[in-house]
Amino acid sequence: MNLRPDPTFHATPKLAMEAPAEKLAFTLMLSPDGSQPDGLAVVDVDPKSKKYGKIVHQVLMPNTGDEFHHFGWNACSSALSPLTGHAFLERRYLIIPGIRSSRIYVIDVKEPLKAKIHKIIEPEEVFAKTGYSRPHTIHCGPEGIYVSTLGGGGPDGTDGPPGIFIMDCETFEILGRYEMDRGVQDKQYDFWWNLPRNYMVSSEWGLPPQFENGIVPEDLLSNKYGHSIHFWDLRARKNVQTIDFGENHQMALEIRPAHDPVKEYGFCGVVVDTTNLEGSIWTWWRKEDGTFDAKKTVTIPPQPADPDDLPELLKGFSAVPPLVTDIDLSLDDKFLYVACWGTGEMHQYDVSDPMNPKLAGKVELGGIVAKHKHPNGNDFGYGPQMVEISRDGKRVYWTNSLYSTWDDQFYPGERGAAMVMAIAGADGGLTLDKDFWVDFPEGYRSHQIRLEGGDCSTDSFCYPSV
Amino acid sequence: MGWPLAVSAALMDRKYGNLYKALLALAFGHLLAMLAILLPFSVMITLLEWQREIQIGAALLVIGLGVYLLINRRHPRFLSRVPPTRLALWSFLAAMAHGAGLMLVPIYLGICGLSVKDTSHAAATSLMSENTATALMVALAHTLAMTAAGGLLAVGVYHWLGLRFLSKGWFNLNVVWALSLILVGVISLLTLH
Repeated sequence: MNLRPDPTFHATPKLAMEAPAEKLAFTLMLSPDGSQPDGLAVVDVDPKSKKYGKIVHQVLMPNTGDEFHHFGWNACSSALSPLTGHAFLERRYLIIPGIRSSRIYVIDVKEPLKAKIHKIIEPEEVFAKTGYSRPHTIHCGPEGIYVSTLGGGGPDGTDGPPGIFIMDCETFEILGRYEMDRGVQDKQYDFWWNLPRNYMVSSEWGLPPQFENGIVPEDLLSNKYGHSIHFWDLRARKNVQTIDFGENHQMALEIRPAHDPVKEYGFCGVVVDTTNLEGSIWTWWRKEDGTFDAKKTVTIPPQPADPDDLPELLKGFSAVPPLVTDIDLSLDDKFLYVACWGTGEMHQYDVSDPMNPKLAGKVELGGIVAKHKHPNGNDFGYGPQMVEISRDGKRVYWTNSLYSTWDDQFYPGERGAAMVMAIAGADGGLTLDKDFWVDFPEGYRSHQIRLEGGDCSTDSFCYPSV
Repeated sequence: MGWPLAVSAALMDRKYGNLYKALLALAFGHLLAMLAILLPFSVMITLLEWQREIQIGAALLVIGLGVYLLINRRHPRFLSRVPPTRLALWSFLAAMAHGAGLMLVPIYLGICGLSVKDTSHAAATSLMSENTATALMVALAHTLAMTAAGGLLAVGVYHWLGLRFLSKGWFNLNVVWALSLILVGVISLLTLH
């Protein structure tokens, strides 16, 4: 309990951009075969430091087989804001779910170099209190910490639909399910919201049997993965509208609303169009009458390839799909970063006009066929995947693993963990930093990144930038 | 109470006038909360032979709430289910949850006690309406003072101080508030006549 608000409370996106730059990053490490415990790596990202680009501390878990994926802070600017009633919380804990084990770790990073486990919530407790499994996205919100899940009950997670549950923001007790009226929602992936406007948007990946042991080609080709996004009355906990992108738009994943709450639009990335292997970005927005609409505003074509260069899964197509697996929006709502994990590209779109994104910059790195090297000469395994932007929008970090079993299908063989950084130009343009390259311990892969003091996929704001 | 919500509302709508609308809604909710607590007491106080007991009871209630808020520092979660546009409702519930109305009760009973001289039964009816008028006055005066203070801050932040003030100028007054509830209760117990 503090007497003053946490120094990482930023009332508006603009104030968050002006705050001191991050000096540390937190990156998840996973052991793909479960032979080692998963962990949290604390990475020095201060260019003035002697340990720049080095892992300066690791927290390894007491279990194996958790499969770390996404994670988040216990409190962001919205919870730290006066009048949430707990304005004197600290941004101190990282909530890390095991997507495979359904176990949840709460890590205390108050002293980042001595980060340690604060609490462990065992899978049985998650199952018993929520009827959900496979926890995924973390956001702190009005009623506590919201956690999306990918599975329902039962051993294979198909007993009932997956959804979102709420945890207490101070004790980390699981309080129960979020939904009061889920409507047609039967799959779940990401979610985010506009707090003052009181709406939430959620997306769909697939059910656990469709991803845990690898992508199921028959399900993909028969369009059985998620292809809808859902709009909710956030505080009434009610699904008010569902927009179907069309069944060929398989896997509507990351939801990125504009950070400035005055703007009532956002983006969603679709992994693959099964009719032509394109990846796409959709812009969704709220209309005058309060209902929502969505439109495809970017398409990224596949690249032709020799079947001999392709993994089993793709040989029949003679092409590499871009596979849009992650997107992230800068805090000024100006640039949208799009990871093309298949082709090995990171795209930067100028989305000042959200209905007409323009490609402003691009980095080529890794890729199923292209296998672009890093400017420092190293091989970059897999492709650009989880992307995180610094609050000031000047540095863009990313890692390279998608999900253990999917990595192995698209990129057979162990390709090594990586974390790199690119410098973004003020008016666009993206260049890899030759000197930033993080070496991970042997046998690990790297996934989501969180930045000290908040980043572009963490904080929600209650005040517009003026 | 709640003035940052008014700043947010005005900024979200890009209309300065909405700042005052929002402050008005907050004041209205607060006033209702005051009256919801004070009016029942204004009726009870006509039971003259119980006056002392009522005063002691009210004082103990306020002290009890203060102690409870000291021990339980947690925020009532139901407040976060109120949509941000329902400012009057939010203000009403927030005032109820923090015992803002309850704090006024000992003060109010003190004022009423001073005015009671005629203890005949016939005076009861006029006393009741007099007490209700006093309750209204107390609630209004309190709401006005609170709205003026909050409004001043809201206007200041909107025009000059900027939103940075929210992180620089905000203090955790939870403990102070709980202690002041206890203080009011204790003073009213000590000044019982």
